[in-house]
Amino acid sequence: MYGGKPLENIMTQDSIEKANNSQRKLRILVAKPGLDGHDRGAKIVARAYRDAGFEVIYTGLHQTPEQIVSAALQEDVDLIGLSCLSGAHMTLFKQVLDLLNAYKTDIPIIVGGIIPEDDIPRLKEMGISEVFLPGAPLDTIVDRTRENVKPRY
Amino acid sequence: MFTEKTLRQVRQGREEWEIGVEKISKEKPERKKRFSTVSDLEINRIYTPEDIKDSDFERDIGYPGFSPFTRGCQPTMYRGREWTFRMFSGMGTAEDTNKRWHLLLKEGETGLSTAFDFPTLMGYDSDSSRAMAEIGKCGVAIDTLRDFEILTDRIPLDTVTTSMTINPPAPILWAMYLVVAEKSGIGWDRVGGTIQNDMLKEFVAQKTLMLPPEPSVRIISDTVEFGTKYVPRWNTISISGYHIREAGSTAVQELAFTLADGIAYVQDVMERKKLDVDSFAPRLSFFFNSHLDFFEEIAKFRAARRMWAKIMKDRFKAKDPRSWWMRFHTQTAGCSLTAQQPFNNVIRTTTEALAAVLGGTQSLHTNSLDEVLALPSEFAATIALRTQQILAEETGVDNTIDPMAGSYFVESLTNQMEEEAWKYIQKIDDIGGMLAAIEQGFPQKEIANAAYHYQKQIDKGEKVVVGVNKYAVKEDNSLQILKIDEEVERKQIARLKEVKKVRDNRRVVQTLSDLRTASETDKNLMPYVLEAVKEYATEQEICDVWREAFGEYHDPGFY
Repeated sequence: MYGGKPLENIMTQDSIEKANNSQRKLRILVAKPGLDGHDRGAKIVARAYRDAGFEVIYTGLHQTPEQIVSAALQEDVDLIGLSCLSGAHMTLFKQVLDLLNAYKTDIPIIVGGIIPEDDIPRLKEMGISEVFLPGAPLDTIVDRTRENVKPRY
Repeated sequence: MFTEKTLRQVRQGREEWEIGVEKISKEKPERKKRFSTVSDLEINRIYTPEDIKDSDFERDIGYPGFSPFTRGCQPTMYRGREWTFRMFSGMGTAEDTNKRWHLLLKEGETGLSTAFDFPTLMGYDSDSSRAMAEIGKCGVAIDTLRDFEILTDRIPLDTVTTSMTINPPAPILWAMYLVVAEKSGIGWDRVGGTIQNDMLKEFVAQKTLMLPPEPSVRIISDTVEFGTKYVPRWNTISISGYHIREAGSTAVQELAFTLADGIAYVQDVMERKKLDVDSFAPRLSFFFNSHLDFFEEIAKFRAARRMWAKIMKDRFKAKDPRSWWMRFHTQTAGCSLTAQQPFNNVIRTTTEALAAVLGGTQSLHTNSLDEVLALPSEFAATIALRTQQILAEETGVDNTIDPMAGSYFVESLTNQMEEEAWKYIQKIDDIGGMLAAIEQGFPQKEIANAAYHYQKQIDKGEKVVVGVNKYAVKEDNSLQILKIDEEVERKQIARLKEVKKVRDNRRVVQTLSDLRTASETDKNLMPYVLEAVKEYATEQEICDVWREAFGEYHDPGFY
């Protein structure tokens, strides 16, 4: 289990060994939950990940938590990135986490968007591994991902 | 505009001057190798008569109120009437928003503009599972006519004009407005306002999506036809570049894609409804973004008016000069604001508002300093309104019309904007029009490329965002932002339940079934929507009829 931990701590000895033997690229699901239509940031991050050599699956807009989790499982991703700018993040992110737990999967989640400072500790407590706020440079997002997340198979 | 002799002298003088400058800049180089706009359009060191040597005053610049309208739509512009101070606002329940509207009107706002929450924008009721946690968050929640009656309580619908940012369910919200007006004894010939009702840009940006492009455009043409016949003061489409720009486009792309959308609507109404272009074109309105690059924006606005006049005259053979004019609303660029050091946003908004005014906008929304964090607080919204009032009442920028005209730089940039935008329009024509281009993802990919390019420039420090990649400080963020009470959700759902209980459900079912039947034909659907709305059918009940009849569109996720 490494989901639900801060980004720096998600890899264990065991998962690092697995990653070292892995032949595949890091696979990331970038997803937009809810009705929010602000996709500029999500698409830019998806593109930056792709340019960094990761395999990216972008869901498109208006995904339900069920659709997101089902895509993550089907695509066997190593990381889920969620973006929300509508103010519904606390509810929507929690629904995704709960569903992942229900499926007993430990894919870590990072999030971005318009997220008030006060909500960040609560999100981390809930099990979100990292929160990127507006102004976060793409290199930072990519580098932190590369350093801390490795292929799981 | 200049004689051969003048141009010769200018060229000679310019060459001599450049030689001198080159010498100086060898010792003291300029700050940057390349100077460019926010959209990364390269800008020259200076502009001279040579840069506008092919311009013709009468043909390209002319007089305000007359073709090609480069200098403005009305002959007297702001000397006759100030632009409308129209603040986009909506939050929580209809009561909350009504209260904010009264406050803004009391503080000197001159037009209303409605922000709806995401469920309302997307055609879901507050009790839908899809609406959870979104109710009243990004705007006001409207489910039925009941909410709309509360929203417009004590608002003088015959004197104030109201704009509604609503797209797939636009006919429904418009019907609510018309029914409320009728109930208060105000005839449809006396109500004025705008519904955004521009689906083509939704597939490209903003993305409040519901039906596929074809039926979307059909329903829009229904509203245009209905407005032309029965609501003569209503702008039935607000052809919008704003969201295209927010999605990360360049100024030229915003201009080109908006005009291309406009072309598609005019064509559809003419072909589908067999209406004479001059019967409906004067009521088409536009909506642009005003971003940070001051001159680029002014040039964009001026080019937009000139291009639309040409499109209407040359392409659609419109005869009425009012069909040629482009009236537009402007909103300062939300995407230019920063969460960091939010008070700096007041300055950004001020310069953007000034560009819109110098560009000749008909109405203006100025963003609040906290809009990047939440819906605006009363405090922040009032400063934003005051920004417009200061520009209008204190600075004197509205004393003369189009003061930028004749600037070698601004005229040259206006020409450049136009030329670049025509290239895009040509490309879209070659693809087979805007619907075909959207299907291919052409505008979507162009915008995504521009957005990514801009972000890279910021990350490399080539473009500066004060407080983000330069002059950043550790902040103690003590700004009081507006939070939407969770109680809103409970209240809204309770009201919806109550309405469903007391309305005549047999009539609701009947009107919805009539709408369903009409949707299978090419009848105008507006009268059917009005009937359903009068019976307090919910927004989603009506939208579900359409989803069933026309199918649903899902974002293909081009990036």
